[in-house]
Amino acid sequence: MRLYAVCVYLFLYIPIGVIALFSFNAGRHASQLQGFSTKWYGKALSNPFVMDALETSLIVAFTSALCASVFGTMAAVALQGIKGPIRAAFDLLIYVAVMIPGIVIGIATLIGLVTVFDQLNPLIAAIWPNGFTPPKLRMGMGSLIAAHTMFLMALVVIIVRARLAGMDRALTEASSDLYATPMATFRQVTLPIISPAILAGFLLSFTFSFDDFIIAFFVAGSETTLPIYVFSSIRRGVTPEINAIGTMVLVVSLLMLITAQLLLQRGGKKQNDSR
Amino acid sequence: MTRRTRNWLLLAPAGTWFLVMLIIPLTVVFIFSFGERAPAGGVVPAFTFEQYANLPARWAAFKNTMTLAPIGTLSALLIAYPLAYYLAVKSSPKWKTILLVLVIVPFWTSILIRSYAWIFLLGGRGIPALLELVGIEGVRLINTPFAVLVGIIYGYLPLMVFPIYVSLDKLDKRLLEASSDLGAKPWRTFLQITLPLSIPGIATGCMLVFILLMGEYLIPALLGGGKVFFVGNALVDLFLQSRNWAYGSAVAVTLVVVMLITVTVYMRLINRLGASREDVSIM
Repeated sequence: MRLYAVCVYLFLYIPIGVIALFSFNAGRHASQLQGFSTKWYGKALSNPFVMDALETSLIVAFTSALCASVFGTMAAVALQGIKGPIRAAFDLLIYVAVMIPGIVIGIATLIGLVTVFDQLNPLIAAIWPNGFTPPKLRMGMGSLIAAHTMFLMALVVIIVRARLAGMDRALTEASSDLYATPMATFRQVTLPIISPAILAGFLLSFTFSFDDFIIAFFVAGSETTLPIYVFSSIRRGVTPEINAIGTMVLVVSLLMLITAQLLLQRGGKKQNDSR
Repeated sequence: MTRRTRNWLLLAPAGTWFLVMLIIPLTVVFIFSFGERAPAGGVVPAFTFEQYANLPARWAAFKNTMTLAPIGTLSALLIAYPLAYYLAVKSSPKWKTILLVLVIVPFWTSILIRSYAWIFLLGGRGIPALLELVGIEGVRLINTPFAVLVGIIYGYLPLMVFPIYVSLDKLDKRLLEASSDLGAKPWRTFLQITLPLSIPGIATGCMLVFILLMGEYLIPALLGGGKVFFVGNALVDLFLQSRNWAYGSAVAVTLVVVMLITVTVYMRLINRLGASREDVSIM
């Protein structure tokens, strides 16, 4: 039994390990070990295409994770105190957002937005003052952030709601019995309890957005995110540079994940202690 | 500010966002699937079932998806179950958490990079080269259904282990002791107690993996080399290469409908299984 478990862990981690190992390979060829070197990291980090893609990915991941955390938390808090059709509608929306395959979300966003933009662009041009070039709505970083935020909002609502559901009702009741305004109750009681969940939601959202390929593939327009760059380089052939980029991407996600995990655990402990 | 207005204000951004970025786009896809292809690549508004009538042209993609998705789900289940059992029942409490985290972590890292790792391992200079060293020659792994299956199992194993672990962990261990005290052999205890009680976990795991597999694009694209393609690959081709939006929309709608039907039927079956077992236990 233990041997079996060891085998499965090897299966899970050998491929990642091999990528990391070969990223330090000095040789030109991607699959022959020829001594230790960090030159591929240097090469990747001085490649303007990689750095551009990395910048786009970081901006998109940060912005959409931030929007998703704020709006998702707001929705989760409101849904806590609501019953009836509105709650059912939101439950359905969240279910649909999570259930529909990412590829269909990408496609729908692409053709939905392009169709809406085609209608809006002449309108904007018509009302724009003469002599100025009117702005043209098109697919790009904005549409990608909007699409990621939509999906990640659903994720944040699910995470924050779980924490709210586990929260002791008596705490908020006590607060309002002591004449705290709803805002004060939220700031001083609810927020401290759910903040680890919000932060964990933010980190998971960031990781998801940073790693997402399929939605970005459809929605990013002429922008290139890091996963899109990696995908098109893989298509052209396996190089040590991709190993280096891949290793860095894995390390970034790992750091985010460990932080999120620690936050969720510590938050859970604190809550139990307070009881 | 009343409680009601406050809740409305809190829900407004998320609600608007879902409307603009989810409901409207999905509606557009649905409407376009009844349209006609415009010469320039867009859609001419129409009400025709022509696109749906043309679906058999992409039959191979649906067939591949509907065979490899269930096979992949089942293989992942067979590999995941013993591990989940080990983690929940056999491993020491000290190691449990860290071992569990180690299973989940890969799922949250880039599936692109993890699939890429298998191009590396299954490609000509990877495992086939190692096999040549021991005298087995001419093995071709990359760009085969096998490669896609390995990628699927590798990618989705964590998602399968987790729900099964949760259901096995909740299981009252006294039941197992009672069973063996009453003289049941270990395999009998497993078949009559452990396995039936872990069915909710199995059901959740299978459904999660299956749903994600239905929309898979990256794994077949990277490891199938254009020979093993899923509906996802057909969709990328239709929207980004041939820009046939009307037909592509019909394929996308069909994918979602097939998915919903499969999941509904599956849930019914699982519920019935659960219900019939309860009848037995009452007797």
